[in-house]
Amino acid sequence: MGTDTKQANLLQDDAAEEREKLDAIQAVIQTYRDKPGCLIAVLHLAQEIYGYLPLEVQRVIAEGMGETLSHVSGVVSFYSYFSTVPRARHAIKICLGTACYVRGGKRIVDRLEEELGISVGERTPDGKFSIIITRCLGACGLAPVVMIDEDVHQQVNPDKIEKILAKYQ
Amino acid sequence: MEKVNVKQQKAKPGVARLNINGKDIEAKEGQTILQAAQDYNIYVPSLCYLEGIHQFGGCRMCMVEVEGMKTLVASCMVKVKDGMVVRTNTAKVRQARKINCELLLSDHPQDCLACERSGQCELQTLARTLGITSHRFRGELSPGSVEVTPSITRDTTKCIQCRRCVSVCGHVQGIGVLDAQGRGFSTVIGPASGLNIEEMDCTNCGQCVAACPVNALSETSSIQKVWDAINDPALRVVVQVAPAVRVGIGEEFGMTPGQAVTGKLATALKEMLFDDIFDTNFAADLTILEEGTEFLERAKAAIKNGKGVLPMITSCSPGWIKYLEHFYPDYTANLSTCKSPHMMLGAVIKSYYAHRLGVDPKSLYVVSIMPCTAKKFEIERPEMVNDGCRNVDAVLTTRELARMIREAGIDFENLQPSEFDLPLGLSTGAADIFGVTGGVMEAAMRTVYELVTGREMPLEHLRASSEKGHEHIKKAEFKFENCLPQYDFLEGFTARVAVTSGFVGAKELMEQVAKGEGGYHFIEVMGCPGGCVTGGGQPRSTLRTAWASRAQGLYDVDSAKKLRKSHENPAIKKLYTDFLLEPLSHKSHELLHTHYTPRGKYNERLGPRED
Repeated sequence: MGTDTKQANLLQDDAAEEREKLDAIQAVIQTYRDKPGCLIAVLHLAQEIYGYLPLEVQRVIAEGMGETLSHVSGVVSFYSYFSTVPRARHAIKICLGTACYVRGGKRIVDRLEEELGISVGERTPDGKFSIIITRCLGACGLAPVVMIDEDVHQQVNPDKIEKILAKYQ
Repeated sequence: MEKVNVKQQKAKPGVARLNINGKDIEAKEGQTILQAAQDYNIYVPSLCYLEGIHQFGGCRMCMVEVEGMKTLVASCMVKVKDGMVVRTNTAKVRQARKINCELLLSDHPQDCLACERSGQCELQTLARTLGITSHRFRGELSPGSVEVTPSITRDTTKCIQCRRCVSVCGHVQGIGVLDAQGRGFSTVIGPASGLNIEEMDCTNCGQCVAACPVNALSETSSIQKVWDAINDPALRVVVQVAPAVRVGIGEEFGMTPGQAVTGKLATALKEMLFDDIFDTNFAADLTILEEGTEFLERAKAAIKNGKGVLPMITSCSPGWIKYLEHFYPDYTANLSTCKSPHMMLGAVIKSYYAHRLGVDPKSLYVVSIMPCTAKKFEIERPEMVNDGCRNVDAVLTTRELARMIREAGIDFENLQPSEFDLPLGLSTGAADIFGVTGGVMEAAMRTVYELVTGREMPLEHLRASSEKGHEHIKKAEFKFENCLPQYDFLEGFTARVAVTSGFVGAKELMEQVAKGEGGYHFIEVMGCPGGCVTGGGQPRSTLRTAWASRAQGLYDVDSAKKLRKSHENPAIKKLYTDFLLEPLSHKSHELLHTHYTPRGKYNERLGPRED
């Protein structure tokens, strides 16, 4: 009984959180709906709020912005920045721009895949990490660079990875 | 390049004088180089451009050289300028076009001989015109898949991403089921997120199919099914032909657009060994009696106790029906309950006609030749069944019939004309104009006015017209005076009618209805812009002039007929006397009327899918 109630409360919390996120997206739509050319800005903000852009969220945006779902989905699928699957709590972005690549970026990718047991673009089963490849982050002097969330880690080598990951929960 | 001076005279206002291939020409300002060239019969190949519909500059086939410009330009995108010097056939231009075409072919399944579009494919024609004789580039093929719905087959492996379908669906029809998904080599033209068109708000209108230059979009073929039925000795195969087909199919055999070839069509169907050759026109006349009476019943209820649902909206176009079910699902009660004409005829063939023949309706196989792809979906609706028999067993588009005529080795152009079979092949002129926008309304009013007043309405009063700013909508008003006694409730009543075709107009009209504006009593909507003559199953024509010719063709057929009002059709009178008794009788309701399914834009009103 006790665990059932707890479960029910958790579900309720989830539903409330979901509603809150959708309300926030609606507010964004209201701000931008009458300004032409703002679909991409709305998608950016919506992804920030919701974490990713599943079809249901795209539908809300399409309705709100007066666009067709196929058009919204076309934009979402065009830009690699947008994701239609849940993002991990921490996105590990490895730069494979020229400077980072020649200074061993690829070896970092290999080690990360081995360490986390996932491939590029995937998410660990506990939802903690995902691996994303990026192009030049503009920090070539610090190559090779790995960005986790908003932190930039410089001159990374495969042996440093375990220590870096330990900082993130 | 040799210098050419075109500025010898002062240009007239609104006119640009330019030189193409050494020839001085005058073009309207605002025209593109391609349009100007076409006006002077200067051939510039193009693949993605579609007059009035799609201007995208994507295929790079219409590249030309313009003096003073550093690179070749896409002539469909660049506007003419006074003094411009253009060359459309230099070695540089030809080479660029050829390479672009070869690159398109390198990502195309090269199985032309086994492709339905073979011989009628714009890409194939272009490759031949450009003199491509080998596959120079071979490589990886971009991803693709095949989706088969009752109406439309979508084979993205053949798609060349010209995006005509995106423009047609999104801008011409205002729906936007199709768009470019993904990026670069893996781009696919299709619905959101890899969904199928069947899961979307697709109306099956087939305008995308008519616009597709290759075989990426086509009607789902019923040709084999129909040959099998013809060859089955246990089946009596009954065929019927929609009005718009007779002014369309000639184009498939190189005849002038709009030429009515009704008699040749009847002969061709006989030579193909169909057992009975009937005319959907017969059922168009029947529709007028049922729908006209339904309108009068609704008007009576509305006037007497405010209960009749008005405006009543026509239900002949299955694309329109599905559009309303998706976008205006709360208005299904406004749709006339009449089945579309060919469904009515199917139901009559499998009841009245089967009884006359003394055969089991299950031994009859009804084939409808339609200008329409949506009709293929319509026959599979679960409600289109009477006594366990589907009303119609197969639908062939105008294009499919043309293919079968070719397969049968029939020399269509030189056929001797013949008549449709009786009794279900007899029709009045009112039925012919069902194939063109405004025609159903006009046909209905010819009959309704006469039923109510006992007098003929002058026919020229019946063409509705549009107002400025609302080009998609045509309106007319009819005042009923000196009514016959049984219609005295209509005395002094002014019926306000509206007509539209294409979904952009339909949307505008439905928004008015939703806001309670317009005060309409009767509305006609056809799903395709211009009506059935431009249906998604008609011969593909990149020339819009063909559309107007087809419409004129139907008006000419109407004018040439002695009987031009549905209620004067003797075969219809006999059907009522012998079988249905009267319009809206119990039997009529059972066989000729139907109901609708609110779907919602995302099919959310349908409930969860069963599969």
